Amino acid sequence: MKPFAFERARNVDHALSLAAAAPGARFLAGGTNLLDLMKLEIEQPETLIDVGRLPLADISETAGGGLRIGALATNTVVASDPRVRSRYPVLARAILSGASVQLRNKASMGGNLMQRTRCAYFMDPAKPCNKRLPGSGCSAMGGLSQATALFGASEFCVAVSASDMSVALAVLDAEVETVRADGSVRRRPVETLHRLPGDAPQVDTDLAPDELILAVELPPPPSGGQVWRKVRARASYIGALASIAVAGDRVALGAVAARPWRARAAEAALAEGAAPREAAEAELVSASGEDGRKTLVRRLATDAIQESRKGSRS
Amino acid sequence: MRTEIRVNGVDHAVDVDTRTSLLDFLREQLDLKGSKKGCDHGQCGACTVLVNGVRINACLSLAVMHDGDEVTTIEGLASGEALHPLQQAFLTEDAFQCGYCTPGQICSAVGLMAEIAAGQPSEATADLNAKVVLTDAEIRERMSGNLCRCSAYPQILAAVRRAAGAAA
Repeated sequence: MKPFAFERARNVDHALSLAAAAPGARFLAGGTNLLDLMKLEIEQPETLIDVGRLPLADISETAGGGLRIGALATNTVVASDPRVRSRYPVLARAILSGASVQLRNKASMGGNLMQRTRCAYFMDPAKPCNKRLPGSGCSAMGGLSQATALFGASEFCVAVSASDMSVALAVLDAEVETVRADGSVRRRPVETLHRLPGDAPQVDTDLAPDELILAVELPPPPSGGQVWRKVRARASYIGALASIAVAGDRVALGAVAARPWRARAAEAALAEGAAPREAAEAELVSASGEDGRKTLVRRLATDAIQESRKGSRS
Repeated sequence: MRTEIRVNGVDHAVDVDTRTSLLDFLREQLDLKGSKKGCDHGQCGACTVLVNGVRINACLSLAVMHDGDEVTTIEGLASGEALHPLQQAFLTEDAFQCGYCTPGQICSAVGLMAEIAAGQPSEATADLNAKVVLTDAEIRERMSGNLCRCSAYPQILAAVRRAAGAAA
């Protein structure tokens, strides 16, 4: 690990002023992804700003009947919250399907959103990777990766988001609230927090270096069933080959793009009365990549949409 | 960087390099070699310790992040000669072979028991809105962050089941 300065933020304003004063600084919450990448020297921040003690861990009701989840609420706390379990089970299920308990006990809401791809070539400093070293090439194209992007990829990068949680947040129309050193507060849909790779795959989001996630806000849950499914190579503690979140008439796919992928074409087809399988087909019209994973997504989406129509909330 | 940390009931005020993981701090500076370095990337669970009663991977945390925290390692579980019930259950069920993963397994299981008592669900929980019942499927899922390359999983499962049964 490269040497770095370590700052303990005393409050949000202190964290923001530290970030504004130190270009190349990174906010540190649970650290489960950032410290791992620093050990591999894939991330080499000059300064870490420890925001872990800031008072941003509360979960509270919003005036509109939704839920506001502080950026520092741990994955475990969010998935265990009775309001999340009863009203947003797709979110609880998505979180519980990711990582291990030890990691979820430390990983935060904001950190989960900011985690980087787990593409095996991104994680291997010996291999070319445009996301890690712009211009070096993409080893995943034609490589051995099991989960490359079906949607929104570019000729420079086919890496997918590793966050299960964000797929559920996207289907729930959740928004991310951030603040910058100049005091400006901004909201973005989780769905579009992450950039598609284009010609700059090294840039994951459009967040500014001094922009700190404060909270994620969930609107009231849509009517109808909620379903979470994750397909993977073993029963527990491994990333998805594909995942899906369904909530009412909304559908989001995971591990198929650089962001949680709202399946708008499938949703439109469903709105016009299409059967679940037809809706899945409609989404896959724009998919690139190998047929095997398209078949997996088609079957997964068909099954999950069918199940959601039983109205189950688990 | 100045860091005050309580480990197994003993207060330490130390200067640590910012790069020092909590695991390296425990092993190298406090000479508590029970917590093991397996993968050093949060994948094997051999470094599992309890921070303020909650299990985490000590390898994916910096010591300087734990200013003011209370850490419990495998060395801190027994009361004198009296083993912690989970330590005794691992012995009774012969829940190890080489033993390298065992301190992490036991600390993890101690955390698991607290999580069950707090009613936290897991992926194996059928009904998210019902009381959590510690079935074998629940134990397996909740212990999936601890690998055992000798594959003593059936005995580890039995040990956790035994300790949980005694506590219930």
